[in-house]
Amino acid sequence: MKSKGHLLHIAVALAVVLVAFLITNSMENRYYYKASYVVLQYVVLATAWNILGGYTGYVNFGTAAFFAMGSYTAVALIKLWKPPLYVLLVAGGAVSGLLGLGIGYLTLRLRGVFFSIATLALAVVLQMFMTNWEFVGGGAGTAILKPRSVPFFSNYDEFLFFVMASLAVAAVFVAWLIENSWVGRGMAAIRDNEEAAECMGVPILKLKLFATTVSGAMMGIAGAPFSYFVVFIEPSSAFHLDYAVNSLAMPMVGGTTTWLGPLIGAVLVGTAQQIATVTLSAEMNLLIVGSLLVGFVVFAPEGLVGLFRKLRGRAMGRSA
Amino acid sequence: MFSFELFINALVAGLLLGGFYAAFSLGLSLSFGLLDVVNIAHPAFIIFGSYLTFYVNENFGVDPILAGLLFAVPFYFLGVAVYRIYYNVFEKTGAESLRGLVFFFGIFFLIEVLLIITFGVDYRLVRAPYIGKTFHIGSLGVAWRLFVPFLVGTALTIGLYQFLSKTFFGKAVMGVAQDSLAVRLMGADPIRIKTIAFGIGIATATLAGSLLIIIGPVEPAIGREYIGRVFAITVLGGLGSMSGVFLAALIIGVAESFTASFIGPSWALAVSFGILLICLAVRPAGLFGR
Repeated sequence: MKSKGHLLHIAVALAVVLVAFLITNSMENRYYYKASYVVLQYVVLATAWNILGGYTGYVNFGTAAFFAMGSYTAVALIKLWKPPLYVLLVAGGAVSGLLGLGIGYLTLRLRGVFFSIATLALAVVLQMFMTNWEFVGGGAGTAILKPRSVPFFSNYDEFLFFVMASLAVAAVFVAWLIENSWVGRGMAAIRDNEEAAECMGVPILKLKLFATTVSGAMMGIAGAPFSYFVVFIEPSSAFHLDYAVNSLAMPMVGGTTTWLGPLIGAVLVGTAQQIATVTLSAEMNLLIVGSLLVGFVVFAPEGLVGLFRKLRGRAMGRSA
Repeated sequence: MFSFELFINALVAGLLLGGFYAAFSLGLSLSFGLLDVVNIAHPAFIIFGSYLTFYVNENFGVDPILAGLLFAVPFYFLGVAVYRIYYNVFEKTGAESLRGLVFFFGIFFLIEVLLIITFGVDYRLVRAPYIGKTFHIGSLGVAWRLFVPFLVGTALTIGLYQFLSKTFFGKAVMGVAQDSLAVRLMGADPIRIKTIAFGIGIATATLAGSLLIIIGPVEPAIGREYIGRVFAITVLGGLGSMSGVFLAALIIGVAESFTASFIGPSWALAVSFGILLICLAVRPAGLFGR
């Protein structure tokens, strides 16, 4: 039964990747690739945030820091020897994962708020470091040349779209794996009652460090292709507060306790943002995200997944 | 090259800046340290205060300090309203750790976006007779725009310290901080006490905001730079200790001023973050923690 479920999920995941590849061979309009790339990037970020925030209950405000460290690791490598993209992904993930481990090690033994505060300040300080580091462009930023061509794809943007689609699928799959293993159950125990979990023999510090490392690494991987995507990278765009707010808002809108929540939230909020940026303005778009975040936290803490469950429960109660 | 004159100037500038940082951090120390409400939106409330000060100064020529004092009253009620929501939605259900933090973060972000929509992203500044002038003690130059915030910040610290340690209500706040169940058993309502105290914390934000815009021009996103600093001060000072906050603010102010003078102004931000991390790793209770 269990292995059957695994197989089904793997099949669905592969099917999504295949569809993404087929799309790149049929769709022409480049804007849609750009827009979809951003939405898919948020699927990765929201899912990564949720592994720590939703499963263990520790709030990371520094998504932008982990994301940008992935981007800047890639920029540094590109400046040095222009390695292939998969090297950038691995390196970006490694650096941000270590960053997560380090911050977690320093603060996770304390109350959860201290971790949150540290991540909040982390983004500001790392941005300052990057602004002062001339090798990766400093405050003025630097232009990054995309590789001219890649096999199987007609241009690099389509290739990046395909990569990000695969990363999104992989991220959701990792979240699903964690959720359905003893690790995920241990994390849920930490979220519900840390002291009780520790008394029951859950290795809480190890699990928390595991969660921050995996979550940070995934954010770094999502950031690694960023410089190729935007072509010109500078600290204030790579460290933009949007990343932190969105990666929080999306799981909150979707629902934080399952892998499905951040996925739904990222697709809905991400798509809505793409439309709002075009039809309204960038500021109005931020206002909408902020209002959604506060609105859902106050009025619908379980997110859309929770609302849906409640509705279904009510409907079933009526029919019974 | 080390020059004694530069050293003294940096020291004095750091101490003056520290007095202002104290004003910036008092409200947070009150809510985070004593009431256990982690109001990460505090810097945003301060920037909001700066913009209100800017607005009345620009349009009606009101003195910035006076404006800060006047707006303290509506801000008190704003704080009361925010705490009411926070209590009813999060604290009562025990959900404050995850969702309460996210709630304040959302408020932080909303204030910033609303300020951008209303005032734009340009830097704004205020006019007052004492801004732009300097007085000299020997070779030491002291700018009034630093000296006035230092005086007001120090006065605010002393006022809040006296209020908490001498008045009946202040003692009640300390009681809630120590054991809110015991306060309840004594027949007092800890929620009412917390509401009022949180309101006072937010009320200090307007004055801190007008001091901020006296020191230098303000733009909506500047609050982020202060987050690391304000938490470094609050934690280093020992949560909830007003005199601790003042001393920690002076330490951070001097450390930043030295870094700016001898290493480079763009590294000053790293100082407070470094101190915050070391403090969390070595002594989370702070210098004067219980």
